[in-house]
Amino acid sequence: MLDIFQYDFMVRAFEAGIAIGIVAPIIGMFLVVRRYSLLADTLAHVSFAGVAIGIFLSINPILSAIVLSVVAAFGIESLRNSGRIFGESVLALFLSGSLAVAVIILSLAKGFNANLFSYLFGSISTVSLSDLWVTLGLAVVVFLGVIIFYKELFFASFDPELAEASGLPVKRLNIMMVVLAAIAIALSIRIVGVLLIGALMVIPVVSAMQYGKGFRTTLMLSVFFSLLSVILGLFASYYFNLASGGAIVVMALIFFVASLLIVKK
Amino acid sequence: MSVEEPYITLNNVSFSYGNNLVLENLSFSVHKGEYLGIIGPNGGGKTTLTNIILGLLHPMTGTVTLFGKDHHDFKEKYRIGYVPQRVAQTDKDFPITVLEVVRTGRIARIGFLKRFSKKDKEIVDRALDLAGIAKYRDTLIGDLSGGERQRVFIARALASEPDVLILDEPTVGVDIAAQKTFYEFLTSLNRDHHLTILFISHDIDVISHEAKTVLCLNRNMVCHGAPEDSLNEEVLRKLYGDHVKNISHNDHNHA
Repeated sequence: MLDIFQYDFMVRAFEAGIAIGIVAPIIGMFLVVRRYSLLADTLAHVSFAGVAIGIFLSINPILSAIVLSVVAAFGIESLRNSGRIFGESVLALFLSGSLAVAVIILSLAKGFNANLFSYLFGSISTVSLSDLWVTLGLAVVVFLGVIIFYKELFFASFDPELAEASGLPVKRLNIMMVVLAAIAIALSIRIVGVLLIGALMVIPVVSAMQYGKGFRTTLMLSVFFSLLSVILGLFASYYFNLASGGAIVVMALIFFVASLLIVKK
Repeated sequence: MSVEEPYITLNNVSFSYGNNLVLENLSFSVHKGEYLGIIGPNGGGKTTLTNIILGLLHPMTGTVTLFGKDHHDFKEKYRIGYVPQRVAQTDKDFPITVLEVVRTGRIARIGFLKRFSKKDKEIVDRALDLAGIAKYRDTLIGDLSGGERQRVFIARALASEPDVLILDEPTVGVDIAAQKTFYEFLTSLNRDHHLTILFISHDIDVISHEAKTVLCLNRNMVCHGAPEDSLNEEVLRKLYGDHVKNISHNDHNHA
C-alpha cells in the first residue's frame, strides 16, 4: 500500500475530494450550458464571507459558509427574477460585496492568516473529521437532488420557455439548482479553495464538451475528468507539497488541453 | 367535455406592454381538427397571443378557456404542443442530441419522480419516425440544418401527444425546398392524424394556401374565416397599410 494512505488526514482528503470531484462537475454542467458559470465564482466568494463569519464566531466555518451561500443563492435568484438588475450585474454585486464583508470581518478578528490561506487555495492537511462528515452528507444530498430531478433540471436548462409552456415550474427548478450549487461550492472550498472552485466546476465540463456528445454522455465524461483531476491532484499535492486546489486545477487544465488536441474540429 | 366544446376560447382578451396596447378585445375559438392560420404584421400581437394561449403571459382583461377549463386551472399544458419561432437559431453549442431534444416532449407528461417507460420510448421513436428524423437520433442538434432542426422541434412537440400544435413562424431560417415538404407534413398531420393546428406567420401566401381558416390580427381581429372569403383588399389594407396592396396582387398573379 502507498505510504500516502497511512495518514488519516490524507484518507480524509481523498474521501472528501472524491465526493467533491463527483458533485462539482455535475453542478458545473448545468451552469456552463446556461452560460451561467460565473455563479460558481460568485457563490465561492460568498462562501468565503461565510468562512470568515464562522472563524469569527468560532463555529464550523463550512457550516456557516453553506448557510450564507444558500441565503445568497435565494437573494441572487430573486434579484434576477425581479428584472431590476441585469443577471450579470447581480453576480458582480454579490461577488465583490461578499469579499468586502469577508475582509471587514477578517480585520476585526486578527491573527489567523495561515488558516485563511488554506481556504483561499485549498488544503488537504486541514480536513477534520467533522468537515468530512458534513462534506460527504451534503454531497449525497446534492447528488440525489440532481438525480431525482434530472429530467426536469435538464429541460429547464435546455429551453426554459418550452419547459414553462409544457407546465414545469421553471422558476422553482432554477432556485433549486442555485441552492444545490451553493451547497456544493461551500463544501468544496476546504479542498479546492475559494479562488479555484469555479475552475473545478467549469474546466472538466468544457473538456468533456470537446468530444461532441449529447448531454448525458458529456455529463459523465466531465465527472470522469474531474475525478481524475482530483485524485491525481491530491497525489501531486502530497508528494510535491503543493496547495491541493492548485494541483487539482492544473490537472484539470492538462485534461482540457489534451482534449483540445485529441478532438480537432 | 362535450364533442362540440372548443379546444381554445378567448373572450375579450386585451394585453399591453406598459402603455402599448398590443391586443384589444380579442374573441375567437379554435375547434378540434381546425387548421388555423394567424397572420398579421410584425408587432401585430401574434407572438403575444401565442404566449397567452401557452400561459406564458396572462391577459390584462378577458378570459382564456383551454379544453373547457379556465387557463388558471388548466394543468395539462402538454396537450398544447409548441414549436417556437427561434428554432433555426437555437443554441447550437448546447451539447444535446436529437433524441434528447425529442424526449423533452415527454417530460411534463411523465411527471416528477417517474422515469421514461417503455411506452414513452415507443412514443418518442414514433415521433422521430413521423418527422422523418429517426436517422439523426444520435446527432448533435448543432450539426443539423435549419430545416432538419425544425423537424426535431416538431417531433419534440409531437412526443407530448398534443391535441393542438402551435407553430410560431416555423419556417424562419429554413430553405424553400425544405419549407414545401414541411407544409405538406403539417397538412398530413392535420388531415391524417386529426391534429388541430395553429400556424402563425406573416406570410399571407403561405397561410392562404395551407390553412383552412385564417385569423387576421393587427391589435384587434381584422378578419376570421375561410381564406378565400376573408383575405380581401380591405382586410390587407387594415393589416399592412395601403402600399402592400399591389404587392399582394402580384403574388396572386404568380400563384
